[in-house]
Amino acid sequence: MSRLTDRFITLKAEGRAAFIPFITGGDPDYATSLDILKGLPDAGADIIELGMPFSDPSADGPAIDQASQRAIKAGGGLTKTLDMVTEFRAGDSTTPIVLMGYFNPLLRYGIDAFCAAAAKAGVDGLIIVDLPPEEDAELKGPLEKAGLHLIRLATPTSNGERLARIAKGASGFLYYVAVAGITGQKSAEASDIGAAVARIRAVTDIPVAVGFGIKTPEAAAGVARVADAAVVGSAIVGEIAARLDENGTPRLNLAQEVLDFVASLAKGVKGARA
Amino acid sequence: MALNTYTAGPDERGHFGPYGGRYVSETLMPLILEVEAEYRKAVKDPAFLAEMDELLRQYVGRPSPLYFAERLTEHLGGAKIYLKREDLNHTGAHKINHAIGQILLARRMGKTRIIAETGAGQHGVATATVCARFGMECEVFMGAVDIERQKPNVFRMNLMGAKVHPVTSGSSTLKDAMNEALRDWVTNVHNTFYLIGTVAGPHPYPMMVRDFQSVIGREAREQCLAQEGRLPDTLVACVGGGSNAIGLFHPFLDDPDVEAVAVEASGFGLDTDKTAASIAGGSPGVLHGNRTYLLQTGEGQIEEAHSISAGLDYPGIGPEHVWLHEQGRVTYASATDDEAVAAFKLLSEVEGIIPALETAHALAHVQTLAPTLPKDHIIVVNLSGRGDKDIFTVADALGADL
Repeated sequence: MSRLTDRFITLKAEGRAAFIPFITGGDPDYATSLDILKGLPDAGADIIELGMPFSDPSADGPAIDQASQRAIKAGGGLTKTLDMVTEFRAGDSTTPIVLMGYFNPLLRYGIDAFCAAAAKAGVDGLIIVDLPPEEDAELKGPLEKAGLHLIRLATPTSNGERLARIAKGASGFLYYVAVAGITGQKSAEASDIGAAVARIRAVTDIPVAVGFGIKTPEAAAGVARVADAAVVGSAIVGEIAARLDENGTPRLNLAQEVLDFVASLAKGVKGARA
Repeated sequence: MALNTYTAGPDERGHFGPYGGRYVSETLMPLILEVEAEYRKAVKDPAFLAEMDELLRQYVGRPSPLYFAERLTEHLGGAKIYLKREDLNHTGAHKINHAIGQILLARRMGKTRIIAETGAGQHGVATATVCARFGMECEVFMGAVDIERQKPNVFRMNLMGAKVHPVTSGSSTLKDAMNEALRDWVTNVHNTFYLIGTVAGPHPYPMMVRDFQSVIGREAREQCLAQEGRLPDTLVACVGGGSNAIGLFHPFLDDPDVEAVAVEASGFGLDTDKTAASIAGGSPGVLHGNRTYLLQTGEGQIEEAHSISAGLDYPGIGPEHVWLHEQGRVTYASATDDEAVAAFKLLSEVEGIIPALETAHALAHVQTLAPTLPKDHIIVVNLSGRGDKDIFTVADALGADL
């Protein structure tokens, strides 16, 4: 059993959805980002999505793009992101962590070497946004060998045939991108999300997480009523950005204030089916 | 070992050897597949091909001449130099060739809104032109730095009704404009066609843009046979993404005696970090939907390219070029900013032709190559664009006050 599978089984027994907050590894700097990461489970994170900084995140909106740029400027990248996971695991062996990013840094690191290093650090799965099923074969083998989940994405444009194909190779959970677009912009209607999740459940038993455009505790609660997990990214990253001074230096209580916001989102998810 | 053919690629999944492919988000994937399916149908449809030919003839002004550059040949004192005059096309560069092809495809697919990225502005102008011609909505993404150095082209696009969006993310140049265009596309996937300006991006774009640009090489081949009674010995073209180079080279790739040289922009020099030469200084990676060579850090972050020419200022190159490089079929050389400016001046002075700064990189290579070759050696240079847009940049480089 994997940490990820265990977590979904436990939550199912509790009758509630998972809350998955996202932050970019090393944003705005290593120490602050690690403080936030370590505080996420107590703030109510059931699973953590950690972004691997990339210079050209063409599927992300301004919030996550700028988070990547801040992290890179502060020396962040794949190696530092894995270091963060290692440090996190020293104090938490149960909260699953999935890494989200783009293929190029991974390719540069070396696929086999990266999968082995990620497993060693305590990563549970990978989401690579620019690797559709047509191209992910070369990652699949090494991931499986390392015992990591390949978390695939489905979108509003994935038609029936594709959906079945995507679900077939997915593991851990399926990430449903609620809107056709980039992160942190438009929000989908709750009814559309419900219908999409139903379509996915018709082809797979794997848990369905929903992300993109979820910005408030209310919206997160809405998703938690119909899906197995709600992902919030840009809104959290935006809270980080809002607490940097003009030189990009974090204000005194940044980590705690961001974690307070995360806790409010978690509360939304946890109370959703009450 | 030489292959039987160098023109069979890409495979059905869009790969040239390990390069190319479709590295896009799932949201775009169904559309990319649709573009490919429709393109494959279109090129077998005589009505589509006839309409494209008619537009290339009557609207673009094809065929473009293969001009014997007598004074340049005399001046360099070696090989016989011909210029394939893509600068004489409507809009002043080769970019119109693939813009015509893609807009016809977009219309066939029922798309009403066109987006494009642009560096020098030549592809943006070509896109705005065909959008005006076909009454389509047009939005062009252009780096804020490029907008500053290519003001005349921005005004041209505006005149033709296009909206130009300044891009301020990253280095504010071509790669960032392409990121922004991809972000727009994924958001407006239902009604929008992305008219890509080079032989890069996800499959089928590298193949499709190459096919549309191959008209350059097909014409040059016929013209050289008619004018010289034989094929050229050496082809030379500048390469950024690589659309004009592949357009000239492709119809000659299976002629073993025809040598092809692509000239990258090395900016301040290959030994500096201010360069745009991805073959000389890059390594394999994935960006903007395809696997290719990229200028990148050890951690896989994309580096900012530098070239005096906005159209070559890109940290990657089309995947087919990387494959041709690794196969040894095409030679990749480079020219610096200074060498390009010198060649820009030379062609202006001895032929009365002001070349684009991009094109000047190819000419810079010819300047060193031609004198080493015998007088019966025929070089065909792709004169890919005219240089009116660059006069401010060159004046600045030469210290002239306009």
